[in-house]
Parts: sequence; C-alpha cells; structure tokens
Amino acid sequence: MSVQSPPAALNDYPAPVLKVDPAEKWRRLLMWPSVIPLLLWMIVPLAFTIYFSFIRYNLLNPANTGFAGFQNYQFLWGDASFGPAILNTLIFIGAVLAITVVVGILLAVLYDQDFPGKNIAMLLVIAPFFVMPTVSALIWKNMIMHPVYGSIALILQKLGLPPVDWFADYPLLSVIIIVSWEWIPFSFLILVTALKSLDVEQKEAASIDGAGPFTKFRYIVLPHLEKAIGVVVMIEMIFLLSIFAEIYTTTGGGPGNATTTLAYLVYALGLQQFDAGIASAGGILAVVLANIVSIFLVRMLAKNLSQSV
Amino acid sequence: MTMSKPAWTKIGLTILGWLVGAMFFYPIFWMAITAFKTEKGAYSPDIFFLPTLESFADVFARSDYFLFARNSIIVSFGSTILCFILAIPSAYRMAFYPTAKSQSTMLWMLSTKMMPAVGVLIPIYIIWQWLHLLDTITGLIIIYTLMNLPIAVWMSYTYFSEVPKGILEAGRIDGATASQELWHLLRPMTMPGLSSTALLLIILAWNEAFWSINLSSAKAAPLTVFIASYSSPEGLFWAKLSAASLLAVAPIMVMGWLTQKQLVRGLTFGAVK
Repeated sequence: MSVQSPPAALNDYPAPVLKVDPAEKWRRLLMWPSVIPLLLWMIVPLAFTIYFSFIRYNLLNPANTGFAGFQNYQFLWGDASFGPAILNTLIFIGAVLAITVVVGILLAVLYDQDFPGKNIAMLLVIAPFFVMPTVSALIWKNMIMHPVYGSIALILQKLGLPPVDWFADYPLLSVIIIVSWEWIPFSFLILVTALKSLDVEQKEAASIDGAGPFTKFRYIVLPHLEKAIGVVVMIEMIFLLSIFAEIYTTTGGGPGNATTTLAYLVYALGLQQFDAGIASAGGILAVVLANIVSIFLVRMLAKNLSQSV
Repeated sequence: MTMSKPAWTKIGLTILGWLVGAMFFYPIFWMAITAFKTEKGAYSPDIFFLPTLESFADVFARSDYFLFARNSIIVSFGSTILCFILAIPSAYRMAFYPTAKSQSTMLWMLSTKMMPAVGVLIPIYIIWQWLHLLDTITGLIIIYTLMNLPIAVWMSYTYFSEVPKGILEAGRIDGATASQELWHLLRPMTMPGLSSTALLLIILAWNEAFWSINLSSAKAAPLTVFIASYSSPEGLFWAKLSAASLLAVAPIMVMGWLTQKQLVRGLTFGAVK
C-alpha cells in the first residue's frame, strides 16, 4: 500500500511490486488455512464421484470391479425410478420456487408498511426458517396434516368438508407445502431487506403523478426487486436440489416413487442398495444441474463485488 | 367521530400483518403448547389446559437424549470455532492487503458452496468409512466446517473492510504490532458483526440434516437425527414429539431472532444488504 503504483506499462508485471514488501511473503501464508481445505473439498469428493460413476462399484459385492464406461449412466437411465425422480425434482423445485417467491414478494410488500407490532409479527413469519428440517417435517405430517386429528382436518370438519389424507393422496404436494413453509421466510427476509433500500421519494413522486398501488407495484417495486429475486431463486435452487430430510422423515420417497427426487434417489441407490457406481452417476447429474445455476449466481455476485469495492 | 380513510387502512394492515404472522407461526405455537400436554390430552384442540412437564420427563428418561443434545452442541459450536480459526487470517489478508487475486479467490470460495451435497454424498460416505470418520463427532465437524467456511471468510472480510483504514495506520504509527492491532483495534470494532456471523453458522450447523442423517447413526448423532427417529410410529405420540422438538428448536430460534439483521447478508453473500 505504501508502494506507489507503477507506470501503466508495468502493470502486467506485478512481481517487482510485491518484492518491495518483505512482509508480503508471510501474509500470503494467511490464505492457506482457508484455501487448502476448500480446495480439497472442491476437488477430492467430486473427482471420486466422477471416477465412481465410470466404474463398477457395489459396496456389497467388492469382487465386481472394473471400468464400466457409461453403463452406470445407462442403468440409471433405465431405472424405473429415474424418470419420475427427475420429473418430481423439477416439479418440486419449480413449485417451491414459485410459491416462495410469490408469497415472499407479497409478504415483503405487506411488512414494508408500518403498523403497531410490525417487528414482532415479522419475527413470527421468519420463525419457520430456524426450525430444523426433521422437526418441521414431523410436526406438519403428524400434527397439522394428519387425516383425522390434524389441525387441517379439524378445520375441514368444522367447514363440513371431507378430510384429506395428505400424504397418501397428495404426497408430493404435501412435501412441497412443508418445504415452502420453511423457505418462504428466507425469500421474505431477503426481499423485505431489498425493499427497504427503495427510494421513498420515488414512491411518493409516483403517487403524486397519480399512480395507483398496482401501477406502483408493477413499475417501481417489482423492477427494484429483480436482482434480489434472482438471488433468492438461485440460492434456493442449490439448496432445494439436496432437500432430503423432509422426504426421508415423512414419506421415504413413497408411496411408490411419488416423492422420490434426484437427491433421494442417489441416497436410495447408494446407501440403501449400496450401488456406489450408479448412485455416483446420479450425483454427477445433480452437480451438472447445480453448475448451470451457479454460473449465473457467481457472475452476478462478481458484478456486485466490483461495484462495492 | 368518524375515522379517516388512512386510519382504517392502518387498522386493516395491522390485522392482516398479525394474522399472517400468526398463521406462519401456528405450527410452532401448536408444537410448543402440545409439549406441555399429557399424551391423552394432546389430541384435543384445547388451548387452555393444565400444563404438565410429563412429556419432557419422558423425553429426558430416554437415556440417549442428552447424548444427542451434547453432540449437537459440540458439533455446531466446534465447527463454528474451527471455521473462524481458518477464516480470520484469510479475511484479514484480503481486507487489509488485497491483491489482484483477492476478488477471484473469494468468488471461488463461494462457488464451493454451489456444490449440491447430494453430488458428493457417495464419495464422502466412502472416504469417511476409509478414515473411520463415520458416526464420529470429528467427521461431522469437518463437514460442517467446510460447509460454512466460505460464509465465515466472506462475512469476516466484509466486516474487516468496514473498519476505517486510518485507524489501523494510526495504530501502526504508534508502533502497534500486528497482533496488538488485531486484539486491541480490530477485535472490539468487528466483534458485533463477527458474533452474529457466529450465531448464523451455529444455526446452520445445528439445523443441518442431510449430512447428519447420512453420516451419523448412534454415537455422534445430533438432535436432527434424534427427531428423525420419531418419524414412525412414535410421531403419533404428539406430546413427546412436541416436547423433544421444542427442546431442539427453542434455543436456536432465539438465536435466529437475535441475528436476524445479519442473516440476509450472510445468506446472500452480501448480494443483498
């Protein structure tokens, strides 16, 4: 820092600049404690997943080894659960994203207004995010959605409507409802924070110009939230790809394969049927899906970082 | 006296705001109440009843409850401490002595979080088996540290960056050594931010259920796994399920409420502040 910046032509050669400060040599070491573990974390498991996905590897049958080529991928493709798992994953992620973003926006607009006790009401809304997934899943399954004693059943009974056996008749929808309940607070919290930075004057100016609430929402609020919505969608997608505990504790992927997602299928193939090869092929698919999303996310974060520095 | 239109809007807004809050909180409220009911009374929708600690006694009587709770505490606090030990030096370096590579290093760190856990489940399981880390507290601490490390680096970096550079330079002129600088200048100034980051990391580790269910079973299993064991048929014992759940959830929820403001920054890697 004490060094004057070199002439523009020298900018391509940063080495001489670094030599000036002998402490720099030691400071570089400060990066190691975080870079080395993360480097290992990034490379080693993924390399193994790729490797396993191309060999015959059954944990119960160690004699069966050798290069498998694309056989694992073909087996996976031919597995009766594969098609439904991909479809379930897409429906599940799509539905949860749509619900959390839409409800999140509505809640953000609601709690952007001032009213008595607003902060406490907001704490109630974000509370579900802090509940561990296994608790959420079991409370919802046994106490809220139970076909006879559950709270929803009692309400339906009061209204004179027939009870619904949620997990038997609408298993995927039930899981979607539970996971949405957990993740709406996430999108809400981010969107309401983003909304706070919206210029009050801009809103007022629009009101003076005669803009109704819907016009304001459409042309001022929504464009302002665009970036935050993008962040919510991308971060949620990466987490939702690995949603597991909610399915594991409520349906176990069933009935049949009605709630088997890609994540659950990988678990079932690898740790229940012990076929590490085929399960790894499934894992690679999840990684590819996540990478497509994260390219966009990282690009956006990079833009953000260069703006703030 | 008639009320003006804005006053009515405000009343409507208040009712709606509270109603929505109550709806979202209802499952947690219901769980908290049921925890104090008897197993017989649990199925009745009463809100007013004679509270009892019976179900808590039942949960505690399961000899293993305290083991699970202890594991949760060690794993979440242990991984958080380890995270900071690894993250602080790098964050310090990048905030105060940035190089051309700092920005891309940070983005690369974040990109390690984009890996879906399921993509590396099989190799981690097998590697943990080789290293005898399956069902050990060490094994879970390592995973959670790696999981949270990018957030720890990122958050520490942003808090360090907010420290006015002039203060450190003034300290240096007065002859402060690097360690004095860290302890007497940086620590007090960044403590609020770093401690809420720590709370966030503890929450994330406490509630993590993918790795805990897959990598631990009896000895090292945290509360997430303990609750999962209620999935059936014990889930129908509402009072016990609720008591166990309340114990697992309550402390973390209080922490979450305390750290609410930092949460957004931590969860979006600073993209939304």
